[in-house]
Amino acid sequence: MQKSIQEIAKEKILVLDGAMGTMIQRHTLEEADFRGERFKNHTSLVKGNNDLLCLTRPDIIEDIHFQYFEAGADIVETNTFNAQLISLADYDMSELAYEINVEAVHCAAKARERYYAKYGRDKQKFIAGAIGPTNKTASLSPDVNDPGFRGITFDELVIAYKEQAAGLLEGGVDAFLVETIFDTLNAKAAFFAIQELMDEKNVQLPIMASGTITDASGRTLSGQTASAFNISLSHVPLLSIGFNCALGASQLKPYVQILSDESPCLVSAYPNAGLPNAMGHYDQSPEEMAELIKEYLERSVVNIVGGCCGTTPDHIKAIANVAKTYSPRIALASTTLA
Amino acid sequence: MTNNIKIKLSGLEGLIATSDSNFINVGERTNVTGSKKFLNLIKDQNFDEALNVAREQVEGGAQIIDINMDEAMIDGAAAMTRFLHLIASEPDIARVPIMIDSSKWEIIEAGLKCVQGKSIVNSISLKEGEEDFIAKAKKVRRYGAAVIVMAFDEKGQADSYERRIEICERAYKILVNQVGFPPTDIIFDPNIFPVGTGMEEHRNNALDFFRATKWIKENLPGALISGGVSNVSFSFRGNNNVREAMHSAFLYHGIQHGMDMGIVNPSQLEVYDEIPKELLTLVEDVLLNRRDDATERLLGFADNNKSTKSKEKVEDLEWRNWTIEKRLEHALVKGMLDYIEVDTEEARVKYGRPIHVIEGPLMAGMNIVGDLFGAGKMFLPQVVKSARVMKKAVAVLEPFLLAESEALGEAENNNGAGKILLATVKGDVHDIGKNIVGVVLGCNNYKIIDLGVMVPAEQIIETAIKEKVDAIGLSGLITPSLDEMIYVAKEMERRNLNIPLLIGGATTSRVHTAVKIAPSYTGNVIHVLDASRAVPVITQLVSENEIEKIAFEKEVKAEYEQVRVNYEKHYNQKALKSIDDARKNKASLLFDESTVFNPAHKGVTVLKKMDLKTVASYIDWTPFFQTWELHGKFPAILEDKVVGEQATNLFLDAKQMLGDIIENQKLEVRAVLGLFEAYSNDADDIVLPTEGKTFRTLRQQTAKTSSQPNLALSDFVAPQGTIKDYVGCFAVSSGFGLESIIEPFEKNNDDYNSILAKALADRLAEAAAEFLHKEVRTYYWGYQKDESLSNEQLISEEYCGIRPAPGYPACPDHLEKQTIWELLDVESNIGMQLTSSLAMYPAASVSGYYFAHPDAKYFGLGKITEEQVKDYANRKGISFEEATRWLSPNIL
Repeated sequence: MQKSIQEIAKEKILVLDGAMGTMIQRHTLEEADFRGERFKNHTSLVKGNNDLLCLTRPDIIEDIHFQYFEAGADIVETNTFNAQLISLADYDMSELAYEINVEAVHCAAKARERYYAKYGRDKQKFIAGAIGPTNKTASLSPDVNDPGFRGITFDELVIAYKEQAAGLLEGGVDAFLVETIFDTLNAKAAFFAIQELMDEKNVQLPIMASGTITDASGRTLSGQTASAFNISLSHVPLLSIGFNCALGASQLKPYVQILSDESPCLVSAYPNAGLPNAMGHYDQSPEEMAELIKEYLERSVVNIVGGCCGTTPDHIKAIANVAKTYSPRIALASTTLA
Repeated sequence: MTNNIKIKLSGLEGLIATSDSNFINVGERTNVTGSKKFLNLIKDQNFDEALNVAREQVEGGAQIIDINMDEAMIDGAAAMTRFLHLIASEPDIARVPIMIDSSKWEIIEAGLKCVQGKSIVNSISLKEGEEDFIAKAKKVRRYGAAVIVMAFDEKGQADSYERRIEICERAYKILVNQVGFPPTDIIFDPNIFPVGTGMEEHRNNALDFFRATKWIKENLPGALISGGVSNVSFSFRGNNNVREAMHSAFLYHGIQHGMDMGIVNPSQLEVYDEIPKELLTLVEDVLLNRRDDATERLLGFADNNKSTKSKEKVEDLEWRNWTIEKRLEHALVKGMLDYIEVDTEEARVKYGRPIHVIEGPLMAGMNIVGDLFGAGKMFLPQVVKSARVMKKAVAVLEPFLLAESEALGEAENNNGAGKILLATVKGDVHDIGKNIVGVVLGCNNYKIIDLGVMVPAEQIIETAIKEKVDAIGLSGLITPSLDEMIYVAKEMERRNLNIPLLIGGATTSRVHTAVKIAPSYTGNVIHVLDASRAVPVITQLVSENEIEKIAFEKEVKAEYEQVRVNYEKHYNQKALKSIDDARKNKASLLFDESTVFNPAHKGVTVLKKMDLKTVASYIDWTPFFQTWELHGKFPAILEDKVVGEQATNLFLDAKQMLGDIIENQKLEVRAVLGLFEAYSNDADDIVLPTEGKTFRTLRQQTAKTSSQPNLALSDFVAPQGTIKDYVGCFAVSSGFGLESIIEPFEKNNDDYNSILAKALADRLAEAAAEFLHKEVRTYYWGYQKDESLSNEQLISEEYCGIRPAPGYPACPDHLEKQTIWELLDVESNIGMQLTSSLAMYPAASVSGYYFAHPDAKYFGLGKITEEQVKDYANRKGISFEEATRWLSPNIL
């Protein structure tokens, strides 16, 4: 009997997957791998365009998803963090946005089928379409001499996000996850686009939001506090809100706590594997990270946990092991009368 | 209600009002319809001053600011967009939520696209009918704002108690039931109309508002009440005493009836308790319609007490009494432009020279900004603001700087304080941080050359040379960028540059910079934590004061040396195994008849004048194109859209020259190889008992995650006392004759053909090594007699056994070349020499080992400890110092 994410979230702590980039890096892919046969003559360098691998090395992406499912992730995120026309313009690949999103979902779906084939369908697995912040900020000027200038407009963001969401929907995602939100205005454009799309297609999928607190100031890059961030997205019918990236589990905790106190919906947290060390590597071990996540669970501040930069299937396995022994945070009743 | 939250709004910070909260003040001065001053500022495009109006509102206590650009002479949507963008850059204003105020929907929508926080739309109504009302309400919701609904419908504006509640109830039901609007995001404006106008029908205006407010609060749960308060005193314009008293009294009673927020000028409000008793009575008589002659009495009072003066606004100017240094610091930290010009001028007079002002108090102020930023006490938009103040100060000093340099007879340079090249390194597309550094430096009068993202090292270096930049700043966010930065540093070293190199970006660190990047480059390498730090660092690096500059450079070098020492101590303990432990984890290969082969031709073989045509057929062309910085795999590169034509032309020229070389035997390829009995011992040596020689190999010491062994080349040879095993070595060169080919080209300054010939000779040497290896496998050693691999398969190393070369990752130690030279008597056999730095001459040469074991593989040695270096020196019978010299890149 198939249940919805919402139903399962009432029964258990949901586990998200870990880092995609970290896992891709393990393959030490070169320019030629990224290009594959299809883009061998592409005029720009494409190494580092991880999302492109959904087209050129779907085997690798599928396998990473599979490893995360095996590790105990209930939800994996598609490899589409930068797959909208704005970010892809860096590689002269804007026109591939839709296709990458469709194929990215297929990679995850194949991994899920492999998982089901091997372990049966008792444990339901979900695919969340990952939607990143783009490489532009709608709230900050890139030109100090003209603070009124903007590198991107709300309308441009809506167009890009709508195309991405349409690709994810076509591919068959179970939910949308707008993540690593460093500028809430960008995210508002994303949610605007997703809601417009769902209205047009007459579908309803769960929507998840995850912001990024950049540093000790406790604010997003665009300057908002955790509380303001939460309020600014309160108009979206969210399944969950949370934080990811930039900080490790211990640094992130106070901000997740604020969301837990103030948000009526589910709360998620998928921190990095600690702070990067001097060499730029994340060296928090799976056990160390799981121990820190345990503190979230003991205080009942989250419903969904996972990992961001530097986390691996081993981390997710350790986190899933801890998570299964705790019951989920009980979401507040709606603050509205509606 | 399940809780007592009235409304939640946000700017950069949240505004959460509960039933215990006080009345919410909405600032009204940033409204072109209500403020002539603001209107003129917007008309004149004086946005700086317009921002000050907004700031005064917030400083004066406004918790939300209302912004209205409805004026026929203004492009309202453009002005709204511009002003909201500017506000977003002013954190002390942007911290509060915005009320987007317009009667034109397109201006409201333009505003909604600019605010990241949860704002309030002011307003929508049923004036144009339900359909229009629903459509707009849906949009407002989708943009994430709360909404003010005016008591206005198809029939007109509500002007009685009954009409007010009728319209509000209807609107409420539509919003809640049809649109799904949360009641706590609905704010009704039941119309505040003037009282004391002398007209009979206006006498109940205030009272009706109060009653309607009460009714709404009781009957439309969750909804809030707001209103434009100054309207009520419209007929007393010119008499601020009366007006202020009226506003206060109106608010007092409004709040008593349930009014939650209002558009007011907080600095034009009398405190209710301080309104003189007589005046208060007169005012309340009017507001509450308590006497028929109330209006006349109040007008009479007003006539006798004319006072147009509002309370003087008291700006806190205490800081203006501080010292000039403190004042500059204050302005920088607060990002205040108001007095910076006069203060800078004062400082210039005091300090004598403009540069001393920059390097003295201004830089001191920016350092404090940097410290606060680093400590999380300031955040980015504030730092950018500080940078703008800095720029303005520098602009004041600029003419004096120029005059000074002219007086000194210096050539006028328009590079300002210096020219800085910025780039995000190859493979990385993150540039937000870099752009911020660019603007901050730009503010500080540096000329910025920004090469953008994914910039190859070559382009960075070429541009730096061409533009004669004063410093290079590299940025990157992803981990692989760290390696690319090291590469750029190495390339800068190779090109003999001496330009300071700055490293920044999220994954970079002082430690990585000191340990990994700085040692690759003799010039200055400095890690810059963030944008605000970039200025002081660069200022010192490009300072005209040579003594200070050198002192700074020394200081950084010393500091980084200390960082390295500390790191090494730490890392030694942490990540590397002792050599003993590493040896315990050696690879244990299977050595028996299936993996060990007795060579068909043992001993030394000399091959002179190898067939050029055969050798040429083994060429791997891809690296040839790399030499020319044409990247792509051969032969696909010939068809490449961008470089295909160039590659094809180059290839044709190369083929032609190669044909000439082969036909006229212009180069001679010579080789010598040897296959010897050998065994390995516990000290990682490969002993050749018949020759009386020993190869000393080095072992990986890095901590291995799983079952991976710590490899040394000696692992690929059977240990002493097991089966009889063998090892080989070789030296090959195709450089004989190269000099006579090049000579005429160099005489004619024909660099192209000269490089072409050298590149071809290099390729032939590699091809000869490849060919020779195949000959060894199939004939001399003969362990793969029936091998038939294509050139492509050879290039991708699909053969069995390896041929690692000293100086390459598996055996970075060049010293073992000497052993090869002795074993094979290379110099007398084929005339190849080793220089004092153990380079091979002619240059187009390759030398190395042969290992035949099927599990032998290429690997990288990685970092090793001094312990192993000592062990190696002992084994080899050389001093520790000498061993260190050759192995230093691998030693921690």
